[in-house]
Amino acid sequence: MNINNYITSNCTISKYVIYRNEVPVFENRGIDLPAFLLAAYKHLGLNYPKFYKMDKLSKLGWLASEVLLNGTSIKQYQPEEVGLILSNANASLDSDQKYIQSVSDIPSPALFVYTLSNIMIGEICIRNNFKGEDAFFIFEKFDAAFIETYVNDLLNNDILKACICGWVDVLGEDYKAVLFLVEKEEKDNSVPFTKKNLDTIFDNLVIDKI
Amino acid sequence: MPAVYIVADNIYSPIGTTTAQNFERVKQGISGIKKHTNAALSDGSVYASLFNYNESYNNKSFKYSKFESLLIASVEEGVNQSEIDITSDKTIIIVSSTKGNISLLESDPDNPDLKERIALHTSAKLVAEHFGFVNQPLVVSNACISGIMAILTAARLLRSGQYENAVVVGADVISKFVLSGFQSFQAIGAGPCKPFDINRTGITLGEGAATMVLSTNLKYVDRIKVLSGAVSNDANHISAPSRTGKELCGAIERALTKSGLVPDDIDLVSAHGTATSYNDEMEAKAIALAGLSDVPANSLKGYYGHTLGAAGLIESILSIQSLKQNVILPTLGFETIGVSEPINICTSLTSKRLKTCLKTASGFGGCNAAIVFSK
Repeated sequence: MNINNYITSNCTISKYVIYRNEVPVFENRGIDLPAFLLAAYKHLGLNYPKFYKMDKLSKLGWLASEVLLNGTSIKQYQPEEVGLILSNANASLDSDQKYIQSVSDIPSPALFVYTLSNIMIGEICIRNNFKGEDAFFIFEKFDAAFIETYVNDLLNNDILKACICGWVDVLGEDYKAVLFLVEKEEKDNSVPFTKKNLDTIFDNLVIDKI
Repeated sequence: MPAVYIVADNIYSPIGTTTAQNFERVKQGISGIKKHTNAALSDGSVYASLFNYNESYNNKSFKYSKFESLLIASVEEGVNQSEIDITSDKTIIIVSSTKGNISLLESDPDNPDLKERIALHTSAKLVAEHFGFVNQPLVVSNACISGIMAILTAARLLRSGQYENAVVVGADVISKFVLSGFQSFQAIGAGPCKPFDINRTGITLGEGAATMVLSTNLKYVDRIKVLSGAVSNDANHISAPSRTGKELCGAIERALTKSGLVPDDIDLVSAHGTATSYNDEMEAKAIALAGLSDVPANSLKGYYGHTLGAAGLIESILSIQSLKQNVILPTLGFETIGVSEPINICTSLTSKRLKTCLKTASGFGGCNAAIVFSK
């Protein structure tokens, strides 16, 4: 099926900088990841008390989704029309390590619940009332070709009208989040939803808009 | 779009190592659930369906973990029954698991290589290399709907024409990590689980692996088909299901619509039925909302426990066997309906002409999945 879909917004959080559509919107070096995430939350003027109880993976993915969706027309869609297809390499290992430390003392349900990477999808769905198709895949490296194929299949078969897709990975102080909003209609400054454009944005290179 | 046929399958569980053996034993009412007293697993004794350690895998081989050995044993048997070429570039392997090698966090010393050893993509790669799959394996890890999601993902990839064959395998191992977590949630039942029953007290966990080999090749045209499926999110709570069941119902309705079916076409509902108070109530509401209250429904958790990333596959394969043999499996542990909607829980082995089955599951993160299999 040869139908074009578009990346209408993207957000990257990497190396203490948050980018929206390749433009830095927040930067704070020299602090650890939890402090960076909290500083970004405050800087962006967000007010969502659930943020504080999330693990690092959910905080990172949730913050990226807030930046990604800000200023978009995501609210025009019905809840069932928006979905999330996310991926990473380390699943929830960062939280798994914290949980297993609690087991020898008193196992913590508040930590255990975050030992599944798709909880991050749940957090973003709860925030935005997204009820469509989601999935979490594990890859050694970001697989733009798979994301392109799978998300196109969901959009072109009318399973979704908008899809948030990409990569959110955390292990200790190593982290990277790159989210893409993919829609069927071309918007101002959108780029075609292709493997090449996904990889270009993922690698933080200058995108060729011609 | 091409149809997707189920070419072969395997269930590798504490009650049997082939689909046929598992189905016969389940028909006889045999369950893998036993009381275990093992300090490495739990402080007190606990009911679970576990492999006997030495039987479960070849522990002389240090190359593969218990999790990977289960995947390999199940794929081996599943693929041996089929004629598909697993080394073809038209064949993909899809692995489903919630926690994979996580027990290594408990058993192995912390070192820089451990994170790579635990990663699900490492296990998938080892299994793919063991069999000679040439494409990069795909790993689905989406809580308790992983198994159904893996079948659905395979069906979509096959239908798109990207691949001709898919080997879908799921497994999970029960260790202190998983058990203590469910215990911390007060979600583990006092005895063997009693799905949908008035006296249900919670989940029983189980170990297992299962494999489904799918193909679009027309030489399998007489086989049972994967029609369509859908996934939804409750957008309500990260660890508690929807209060209304509307979102699981939405996934069921979309699965039926995409399959070109109406509720009357469904002959059997294979429910998730974890035997927690909230899950079973939500599922009963969803089944009723979807217009399926009268359709015979079962949960197979009383035989296997909740096998996490394998559950969707094990229960789908048994349901497909039910379609083949025209017999509905009873819900072991169920006596008296204990949910607010009077759904039709099957309590005895029932012979009936069956054509089409709906399989559902729900999980942490508010996720729901539904998929339809038909002759």
